Amino acid sequence: MSAAQKSLALHLGLIGGLFALAFILPTYHHGNFARIMVLATYAIGYNVLFGYTGLLSLGHAMFFAAGMYGMGLAMQYGGVPALPALFLGIIAATILAAVVAVLALRTIGVAFMIVTLMFAQTGFLTILYFGEWTRGDEGFVLQQKVRQIAGLDLSDPMTRYLAAWVLFSVALLATARMMHVAFGGVLVAIRENEERTRMLGYNVFAHKFAAVVISGAIAGAAGAAYGLLFGYVGATFASVQYSIFPLLWVLLGGAGTTIGPFIGALFMFYLIDYSSGLTSAYMLIAGVALVLLTLFARAGIAGEIKRRWAPWLP
Amino acid sequence: MDFGPYLLLASLEGAVGAAVLALTAVGLSLVFGVMRVVNVAHGEFYMIGAVVAWFVATTVGTHPALGFVAALIVAPLVAAIIAIAADRLVLKRVNYDPEATIVATIGILYIIQQAALMGYGPEARPVEPPFNHRIALPWYDFAAGEWFYPWGLGTTSYKLFVIAVAIVLLLGFWALMTRTKVGLVMRATQLDWDMAQAFGIPVDRVYALVFGFGAALAALAAVLIVPIQQAHYLMGGDPLLLSFIVVIIGGLGSVRGTVVAAILIGMSDGIISVFFTPTLAKIIATMVVALVLVFRPQGLFGTKAA
Amino acid sequence: MLKKITDRRTLLKGAAAGGLLAATPLASRFASAQSDAPIKIGFQQHSTGIGAAYGRWYGRTTEAAVKKINGEGGINGRPIEIVAEDDGTDPKRGAEVLEKFANQHSCDIAFGTLFSHVVYGSAPAAGELKLPYFVVSEGHHVASGALNRWTMQPGITDVKSQVAAMAPFVSKNLGKKVTMIFPDFAFGHDHRDFFTAAIEAQGGEVLEHIAIPPTETSFTKYFPKIPRQTEVIYHVMVGPGVLTFVKELGEFFGPSRPEIFGFIDSLEAVDMSSPGLEYLEGTYFWEGMPRYAQASQSAHEKAYRTAVGVDDNGASLSDSKDVSTYAHMFGCWETLHTIKAGMEYADYQGPQDRQKLIEAIESMSIMPESAAHPQGAKVFNGRTHQTFGHQYISKVENSKLVLAHATSIADTFYEDEVDYTKMSF
Repeated sequence: MSAAQKSLALHLGLIGGLFALAFILPTYHHGNFARIMVLATYAIGYNVLFGYTGLLSLGHAMFFAAGMYGMGLAMQYGGVPALPALFLGIIAATILAAVVAVLALRTIGVAFMIVTLMFAQTGFLTILYFGEWTRGDEGFVLQQKVRQIAGLDLSDPMTRYLAAWVLFSVALLATARMMHVAFGGVLVAIRENEERTRMLGYNVFAHKFAAVVISGAIAGAAGAAYGLLFGYVGATFASVQYSIFPLLWVLLGGAGTTIGPFIGALFMFYLIDYSSGLTSAYMLIAGVALVLLTLFARAGIAGEIKRRWAPWLP
Repeated sequence: MDFGPYLLLASLEGAVGAAVLALTAVGLSLVFGVMRVVNVAHGEFYMIGAVVAWFVATTVGTHPALGFVAALIVAPLVAAIIAIAADRLVLKRVNYDPEATIVATIGILYIIQQAALMGYGPEARPVEPPFNHRIALPWYDFAAGEWFYPWGLGTTSYKLFVIAVAIVLLLGFWALMTRTKVGLVMRATQLDWDMAQAFGIPVDRVYALVFGFGAALAALAAVLIVPIQQAHYLMGGDPLLLSFIVVIIGGLGSVRGTVVAAILIGMSDGIISVFFTPTLAKIIATMVVALVLVFRPQGLFGTKAA
Repeated sequence: MLKKITDRRTLLKGAAAGGLLAATPLASRFASAQSDAPIKIGFQQHSTGIGAAYGRWYGRTTEAAVKKINGEGGINGRPIEIVAEDDGTDPKRGAEVLEKFANQHSCDIAFGTLFSHVVYGSAPAAGELKLPYFVVSEGHHVASGALNRWTMQPGITDVKSQVAAMAPFVSKNLGKKVTMIFPDFAFGHDHRDFFTAAIEAQGGEVLEHIAIPPTETSFTKYFPKIPRQTEVIYHVMVGPGVLTFVKELGEFFGPSRPEIFGFIDSLEAVDMSSPGLEYLEGTYFWEGMPRYAQASQSAHEKAYRTAVGVDDNGASLSDSKDVSTYAHMFGCWETLHTIKAGMEYADYQGPQDRQKLIEAIESMSIMPESAAHPQGAKVFNGRTHQTFGHQYISKVENSKLVLAHATSIADTFYEDEVDYTKMSF
């Protein structure tokens, strides 16, 4: 098999496996996997910018939240049905990402990190400032009866799982495809050497701009879906820690690999879930795990596998 | 309150914030400048300073001033020892790789935070200031042509003390960096790692020293602020963000720039709050700083790109 | 205020049901005890994150209540087993924890959440899992109708009734021109909206609303926004910055301060004799339950205080520096007792009876002051899933809180905003 065939098989295998799990997993893990697939979609969006393009953002929570609030506010106050609201959420995140890209891309490196962080902080405070509509930190609940698409009740565990699965599959295949075509190659080239890429005649800004917008749109789609599937919209999702999460997931799973974001989100979720059962000091365990990972598996889980055993891994 | 006195009051408050911020940020700037390490756990060393100050102050229970002075010595030491251990055990082993150090220091952040929660608890606890007097400040009334004491215009002797101590410490730091051999070694390592090593500078030990020193500065800042604010295990987040902002705005590795940026940001936080409702003021202050960075990405004093 | 009259009538009607409830447990306890497997209660605890100080004391109170209930024969002869899970005071994790309770631990019900945003984040999961979810949050979320039939707050009063009951005292005793200082998030906005309306109904007015951003750590710069003619400052702050807030307020005003009225939420788990708090001498606080043992304390309260391990100053018996969240944590104790009463009334056998449990509690009304309700009598409103009770106002004297006024329960009533009993399960 060629590398391309292998990677296609891998992606379809993962998607097929997750589909099969919908009918096998015990109730509790079934629910967890639905969450993890949405969070992994968020991480996939993050990976486009960080893993492939090499831009470290600490403000992705604003895109996640823009998707969530774009969807939630439209449903709550505009009475918009779920599916169009989902798209409104994605549009909101995309527009925000475009504006942020134009401004933040004037900076690079640590300054880019800080600028995105500050924009996200502004976003978080803005949500609090307009508390009359957003209900600030408390947020608001989307009632079960409005969370329906084409008569399918998204609060039903199986429907919800499959909806999350569709979202995840689309994001995974779309980004895998993107990295397979020339566009993705240019992104990687920018990550490796921006100057040289520019000298080769590529429009570096346009590519970086596109990367931020695509990344923001995917993060926004994940945010909108999370709100819709789990029925809650709140400012917590716009806070700093929700910007740090996708960075951790991607680094743990393997930055710049297609399946890394999923592995990272899965690993982190269960690490916290299991260790919180053992001790209330589960953040200590999470902290130790992070340190150990940097010491012994720097490239992340998928990254290590790629380095040691499977160089074809996309 | 009238506009003039209000502005003075807000400026004074801003100055206290700026003083503490400058100390914290200089520590971060040093680590960043010399080691090229983004230390996400910097805020936790600040928190350690505050928590240790509480422990010391409650153990040395005779007079608040005694506990405070003891804390000024002990807290930075403890923070430095923990930082040096972190450097030896973790950062050195990942060869200070930029991405790896970010993740590792996030891990260290969680570890320190959780350890503080378990050992110290979730409460916010106060430390008694060594002295504290309310000082009413006068204002000149141009219409009446006389000085008077406006309602609410005042500060405390301790707050003025914080500003003074911060200035002394910063001058001391500047003297250390420019007038001593230790400072020379640090600056040499910052300028050119390879060259420094070629000249026989023990870069390893310099790194450990710098990391410990940076943490100690953060802890020192926290000891100063903890009689005004309280020690709490989650208190490290804000100073971390602000320090990062200050370090970038000031220009990477530029100590002078860092101090000026700390003053700008600390003061603007106070002064902008005069003109807007509080949350809107925060939004505007954050946005302004972000835009400064956007349009001057090398910082106010930096010469090279980040 | 028309509503008060009808509410008094339901109150009387409910008295009969209350008597019935009080009588049934003894009769049914052994008759229907078919299983002696423990009843598993999932305890959503704020062990880490911003709510950790509350979470610790909610944990201790829960433990004490379970010990008492189990010592007296448990629920229907079955012991209670608490399954505690940390939610990190995070709404996302909160929802996950509820799923864990229902699907992993096979808990019968979930209980114990304090922070409103965690309640909002978790309630949809409770509705979908059809898991009875008893919150101890004092938020207005339940009674506002924003949640669902599976979520109830039977053990602690909500902010709307607390705030409304304060206005008469403030306007009569402290002044009519009020400046409010509150955190700029939903909890603060509830105070802003409800108190402003309540004080206006008393003929007073709010001169200025000062909303402080929740991340703020220094406050003096906002105080000049307090209008000079302010007679009363009304403050309610939460989080680790509150001590600074109070201290700086004192430093700002110096010797000539207006009257100050605050919600003890500002100083829960904080020692009143902490340095800087001497400025609060002579100011007033709302308390859910008086932290310092009062001369008038009931035998029930005394027993409760001992059971949860708190001394006469509201601090831990083992460590006088470890101050409790006394004004809120009784809610855990009372909620667990109400759950017991509800389960025994519904003859609860297992998860298949969850709906019967909700209906049983919805049918409750009067809860007399007792060992189960040491904070005082309650009137539960089954339609809004919210309980109503006495509120206490204390004055700081010699660094202690001394009870100055107790409101009646009727003072805390307001018109229903929802009827959950008409919603489907």
